[in-house]
Amino acid sequence: MNHAVIRHIIGLILLFESAFLLLPCMVAVIYREKQGLSYLAVAFVCLVIGFLLARKKTANQMFYAKEGFVIVALSWIVMSFFGAMPYYLSGDIPDVSQALFEAVSGFTTTGASTLSSVEVLSHCTLVWRAFTIWIGGMGVIVFLLAVLPLTGGYNMHLMRAESPGPSVGKLVPKVRETAKILYLIYISLTVIEIVLYILAGMPVFDAVTTGFSTAGTGGFGIRNDSMGSYSTVLQILITVFMILFGVNFNFYYYLLGKEKKEAFKMEEVRWYFTIIVVAALIITFDIRGMFDSVGTALQQAFFQVGSIITTTGFSTTDFNMWPQISRTIIVLLTFLGACAGSTGGGMKVSRLMILVKSIRQEIAYFIHPRSVKVIKMDQKAIDKSTVRGVHAFFATYVMIIVVSVFLISFNGLDLVTNFTAVVTAFNNVGPGLELVGPAGNFGCFSDFSQYVLMFDMLAGRLELFPILLLFTPAVWKKN
Amino acid sequence: MRIIIVGCGKVGSTITEQLVKEGHDVAVIDRDPSVIQDITNNFDVMGVVGNGASYSIQKEAGIEDAHLLIAVTGSDEQNLLCCLFAKKAGNCNTIARVRNPLYNHEIRFIQEELGLSMTINPEYAAATEIARILRFPSAIKIDTFSKGRVELIKFLVPENSPIDNCSLIDISHKIKTDVLVCAVERRDEVVIPNGSFVIKAGDTISIVASPTKARDFIKEIGVRAHQVGNAMIVGGGTMAYYLAEQLLSMGIHVKIIERDEERCEQLSELLPKAMIIHGDATNQNILLEEGIQNSEAFVSLTGIDEGNIFLSLFAQSCSKAKVITKINRISFGDIINDFQLGSLIYPKFITSEYITRYVRAMQNSLGSNVETLYHLIENKVEALEFHIHEGAPVVDIALEDLPIRDNTLIACINHAGTIIRPNGKTKISVGDTVIIITTHKGLGDIKDILQK
Repeated sequence: MNHAVIRHIIGLILLFESAFLLLPCMVAVIYREKQGLSYLAVAFVCLVIGFLLARKKTANQMFYAKEGFVIVALSWIVMSFFGAMPYYLSGDIPDVSQALFEAVSGFTTTGASTLSSVEVLSHCTLVWRAFTIWIGGMGVIVFLLAVLPLTGGYNMHLMRAESPGPSVGKLVPKVRETAKILYLIYISLTVIEIVLYILAGMPVFDAVTTGFSTAGTGGFGIRNDSMGSYSTVLQILITVFMILFGVNFNFYYYLLGKEKKEAFKMEEVRWYFTIIVVAALIITFDIRGMFDSVGTALQQAFFQVGSIITTTGFSTTDFNMWPQISRTIIVLLTFLGACAGSTGGGMKVSRLMILVKSIRQEIAYFIHPRSVKVIKMDQKAIDKSTVRGVHAFFATYVMIIVVSVFLISFNGLDLVTNFTAVVTAFNNVGPGLELVGPAGNFGCFSDFSQYVLMFDMLAGRLELFPILLLFTPAVWKKN
Repeated sequence: MRIIIVGCGKVGSTITEQLVKEGHDVAVIDRDPSVIQDITNNFDVMGVVGNGASYSIQKEAGIEDAHLLIAVTGSDEQNLLCCLFAKKAGNCNTIARVRNPLYNHEIRFIQEELGLSMTINPEYAAATEIARILRFPSAIKIDTFSKGRVELIKFLVPENSPIDNCSLIDISHKIKTDVLVCAVERRDEVVIPNGSFVIKAGDTISIVASPTKARDFIKEIGVRAHQVGNAMIVGGGTMAYYLAEQLLSMGIHVKIIERDEERCEQLSELLPKAMIIHGDATNQNILLEEGIQNSEAFVSLTGIDEGNIFLSLFAQSCSKAKVITKINRISFGDIINDFQLGSLIYPKFITSEYITRYVRAMQNSLGSNVETLYHLIENKVEALEFHIHEGAPVVDIALEDLPIRDNTLIACINHAGTIIRPNGKTKISVGDTVIIITTHKGLGDIKDILQK
């Protein structure tokens, strides 16, 4: 284990965080809020600690997959820790575990909150909540790779550990260029989104925070009813952008490049849109009686489906009150998540595709025991190790959910609340059902349960293994 | 530059490593996913799994924007096909590895008709390298600059040499020839020496000079300088054939020991002047019987690296022959250097050096000015030849006034055909070519020798 490299990169991450913290400081200046001082103080602390850690460049730059995983996991924990400090210091969230929960929930783009009212928070805190989502969406490590000229092919280990999806590839030969392209697409889409919100009549402050929240598919709203009180046009616009940010970013890269046809050949994107449309139509049929017109029902269904499948977690209506079919679909979509290579969380559509295809293959083995079948995606054979990775992922995924549900059951809440709370946190969605539904919040859980859910959020965002690796003793042994 | 490399074997990965170090955008194509996995883990390159001779795979690797495609798979035909496709699909430059001796005779025709920029035959290149060493056996390695007008020669300073324990300034007083010592290897250390550096017996030194002056110098310091009279080659592969052909044309008697009878017959048909021995060279008696003690050169070219090392150690122990060892695969450079194996030949490094040289020359037209490039001493030191264009920041300034970087030496200036050994007062003019010895990597222009 190369401790020096880990220390160096964690230092760099803190330096970046100190720069990020300047944004809420500026907002505080605009709105003349004294809470801005605590943001400035934390930015300074990050700067000093980051500088001390990153100061010495290490002679030994070699690191391997395990260092990559550990660096990513540690940096997310460190970031969340320092990101939570201003919540607590400014007095906006005066409880340690609640402040941490808010920060972890932001960086992991979950958007779940323990607060019963967000309208009492200061503007700088609201912006920082939304901004943590934006940073967490594409990942701070990817940002680091794009900005800093880190040398060595080993950087791919970092990118792979942070980016979601069963197999992470590069768009162009160099890691740095790939990271730059991803951020360029991300930033442009975000800017277009915010401008359109403003044009459609959203106040600027709302547009920026909602824009960040949507881009990172996080779902921190700044109103207690989430998106419910915005106009229908805005709600439709938000639906569109949520769904766009859940698309694999390779799709946009192809679309902007020479190979536009390649974009529409992407199997995952096709499945993704098919699932959205089918789910929304079923729900529309199911809830048609609850709204004045079928049109409203359709719009509400699409908003909720888009919000849940992309793991954003905004809501315009309390779907906890919907009929059982619709509630079930919502929970199922919570598991599924968006495309690989997007800012969304969850299990990812591509993993579902691989699972479905390997089930089909397994059945074929029973009928023709000697048949040889290769699992394909986008007309290309998938590596056996990737398929194995997906199976291992799914097994671990189920295991973590089971253990977490058991751990938080000590709170004495009902099963649906517990189960959907774990699932929604683990898949970085935000709202669940019953007490943690769109109208509720996570404040009903004890501190211990909140830490369990924080673990689930981090494990879910980093796709399980980086976080699990931290708890494996062999990783920390010398040699 | 954007470069695609097809085939990631020994040569492919060596080239990849070199080109990535020089900052090129590299995409690699190989059929084996595990090979691609490995190479993308170790280097900052894009990997594509598939058959490189397929249009769609090449397109995936970005052939349309590529400047150069290098095909180094195991099969000549596939390499040629790759290049042909690439030429049509991306109109880029192409380099193919073609190793079959059959094609070697028609290489001109192939290169022209298929529009290849370059073909490389690793065995032939290595054989040429060996032949050059045997022409001047005291040298461990010889590289040439300025179309042969300047040579860079690496050799071992023998015991009792007149320059043992002399500083470089003393040497230039003692021996009245214009020779520049540009790099010294002492055990693991590599030094680019200054005037007060003291040479010791057992050092391996590299000198830059014109060929005649170099030979004079080497004679003066007590090293033999004429070509060998006979050579014993163990292993009768393709490289042995190319080597024998070249040695025979130089008037050197060649004896090849080969284990396979059928191959022996082929060789005797191809090389009527050579003596072909059918036998297993790992049997000491055969070597002794064939007069290993009296041979002046011993070249081990079998397909097994370990075997080559043992054969060379044996030859070193029982004869005074110039020993050359071919190493294909083993990468324990530091340890191998501890053995007395004479000159080491790594075909993969030779190939990658040829290609790197071409890439740098290609970049020449895209802004870099490197004419020739050699790697000395395990990739730690490079010798580069630059062409000086109008407006270069080094023109018409006395060298002592130039802020030249550490560990960088202007070894030699070729001014309109005359070779100048520079001193502090020398000035570089436009149109010269300048040879630079440096431990820095990836110099692309003469201005890179200056401090930043």
